[in-house]
Amino acid sequence: MLKAMLGEAWLAMGANRLRTALTMLGMVIGVGAVVIMMAIGQGAQYAVQQTISTMGSNLFIVLSGSFTTAGVRSGSAGGPTLNVADGEAMAELDGVANVAPTHQGSRQLVYGAQNWSTQVVGTTPAYLEARAWNIVNGAGFGDSDVRSSTRVAIIGKTVAENLFGAEDPVGKTMRIQQNPFLVIGVLGSKGQNLDGRDQDDTVIIPLTTAQRKVFGTPFLGSVRMIMVQADSAEGMPKVMDNVTSLLRQRHRLREGTPDDFFMRNLSAAAESEAETTRTMSILLGAIASISLLVGGIGIMNIMLVSVTERTREIGIRMAIGARQKDILSQFLLEAVMISFAGCLLGLLIGLAVALGINLFTGMVIVISGSAALIAFAVAAGVGIFFGWYPAQKAAQLDPIEALRYQ
Amino acid sequence: MTESVIRVVGLGKSYATAAGLFPALKGVDLDIQPGEYIAIMGPSGSGKSTFMNLLGCLDTPTMGDYFLAGNNVAHMDKDALAILRNRTLGFVFQGFNLLPRMSLQDNVALPLVYAGVDKETRQARARELLGKVGLGQYAESLPSRISGGQQQRVAIARALVNSPRLILADEPTGNLDSHTSEEIMRLFGELNAEGITIVLVTHEPDIAAHAKRQVKFLDGQIISDHLTEHAPA
Ligand SMILES: Nc1ncnc2c1ncn2[C@@H]1O[C@H](COP(=O)(O)OP(=O)(O)OP(=O)(O)O)[C@@H](O)[C@H]1O
Ligand SMILES: [Mg+2]
Repeated sequence: MLKAMLGEAWLAMGANRLRTALTMLGMVIGVGAVVIMMAIGQGAQYAVQQTISTMGSNLFIVLSGSFTTAGVRSGSAGGPTLNVADGEAMAELDGVANVAPTHQGSRQLVYGAQNWSTQVVGTTPAYLEARAWNIVNGAGFGDSDVRSSTRVAIIGKTVAENLFGAEDPVGKTMRIQQNPFLVIGVLGSKGQNLDGRDQDDTVIIPLTTAQRKVFGTPFLGSVRMIMVQADSAEGMPKVMDNVTSLLRQRHRLREGTPDDFFMRNLSAAAESEAETTRTMSILLGAIASISLLVGGIGIMNIMLVSVTERTREIGIRMAIGARQKDILSQFLLEAVMISFAGCLLGLLIGLAVALGINLFTGMVIVISGSAALIAFAVAAGVGIFFGWYPAQKAAQLDPIEALRYQ
Repeated sequence: MTESVIRVVGLGKSYATAAGLFPALKGVDLDIQPGEYIAIMGPSGSGKSTFMNLLGCLDTPTMGDYFLAGNNVAHMDKDALAILRNRTLGFVFQGFNLLPRMSLQDNVALPLVYAGVDKETRQARARELLGKVGLGQYAESLPSRISGGQQQRVAIARALVNSPRLILADEPTGNLDSHTSEEIMRLFGELNAEGITIVLVTHEPDIAAHAKRQVKFLDGQIISDHLTEHAPA
């Protein structure tokens, strides 16, 4: 029975090929658009998630601000308000996993005839832990290196490639601001951060060495920035509160005076970025779905025309024993088949276009099986939903009226 | 006495028109026994088609009762009527009413699709019946490829496919020339000889002469009902 009906639906579709093809085109475009938009949207989400995971989790930074003495605000030209001891005190707080004071700036590196300008970060070993950054070649430096200001460096992948080329950088000596530094390790690759900056274009050296030899700060022991990692995402707000009160107490700020530091929740910023892409992705999908809706309306339109055109045929079928549900399923099946075929074609074209976008623009796309599944469910749904009314109309025809129809 | 194939009691049908209800059939009584061969005659507009459509379960009466093989169908729902049309009777139209996009074999087999018969059996049965009406070699052709008389024979094969005991035909030769009409009437004669009850409408006395009994309609009523005087040889 079903096979006979499928055959008939196929015949009916073939009877007016151009019309069937045009009706299908609506579905092809609709499904294609949904597939492409979902691939792009999910790709963007994936890229953001990927970037966030390279940043390290549950991070916030404390930046030194201006302090006010007798109503005179020093501004950023004054010395930093934070110091290494502040960091050490923070590390004692509950719920704090890592504390890494940092001092960073852009400097020129020289090795042999090569030179390269990069971001130099002076910090402590806790920095790498907080950012979950591993060393793929060589080793890191320890707290003793920080205490004794040794001239050792860990370099990022981009620096290794640009300064050392094919050579193994570990054990080589390069110069930063005329000072020789021994390269002891190469960092694993992290790719771009959320702002699009290459995170691998960096050199990490002990904080004290950086302050003395590279940046030459007059305020030894002071830092402009401290990175803090909390144990858990839930613990973040509490840890940030505790750090605030600790710093106010240590800096002897009286009630009513403003903080002489700022805090920035990096994880929250990343989350909001992820939220933005998620929203964008949903929006893209929703807009694409509208074309699917239009495709469905196209099917309904053509099915209505078809029912009218085939009124006499319906009458004949009824006269020889077709029940209402036979007629209903015949027209419904036709609608679903058009929808389904359009969906299949749309899926293929959508995938091809998405892959093309990836190939030619390098944009990250994600093609998930669930997207394909959704597309098919939608096709069946659209076919049934928009096919129902015309099919119902056909089934409700009066046999004798339908037979009389010219 | 055997059970009547058809028994109608006070059967009537009024059409709703712009000018109000129009009574096309005004209370008809008729009893048809198995194996009968009846010709219905009467002037245009006398209600013959209206009557046939009621007998064929294509339409429902506005008054009276209709017993088909003992069951009152006057108040059956649409699906029950569809099943009766499919299994119990075969209807032959003046305009043949074959589906133009389907092969003759598929046309003949179509009632079996709605009866839920499997494909093998359907095809075998359709071929058998096409053979019976002398069109076995056209099984794969489309209706547009054959003549009107041949199309009507295919339509009769379709009416017979579910082995009904009753064939209803509304002016089956109305679109055919006299020679072809004779062929069709010979086919009906053969079917009747096999025991199938036949009721047909015609305007032509020569055609009606093939039947064993003649019923005349006028203004929605039966005005005469008698056996054919000179039964055909
Ligand atoms: N659907 C309808 N609506 C209104 N009036 C109708 C309808 N069908 C038939 N009639 C009227 O009912 C009367 C009987 O019609 P019917 O078709 O039964 O006549 P008939 O005897 O078959 O005529 P003919 O020999 O021309 O086929 C006619 O006057 C016709 O106009
Ligand atoms: Mg008539």
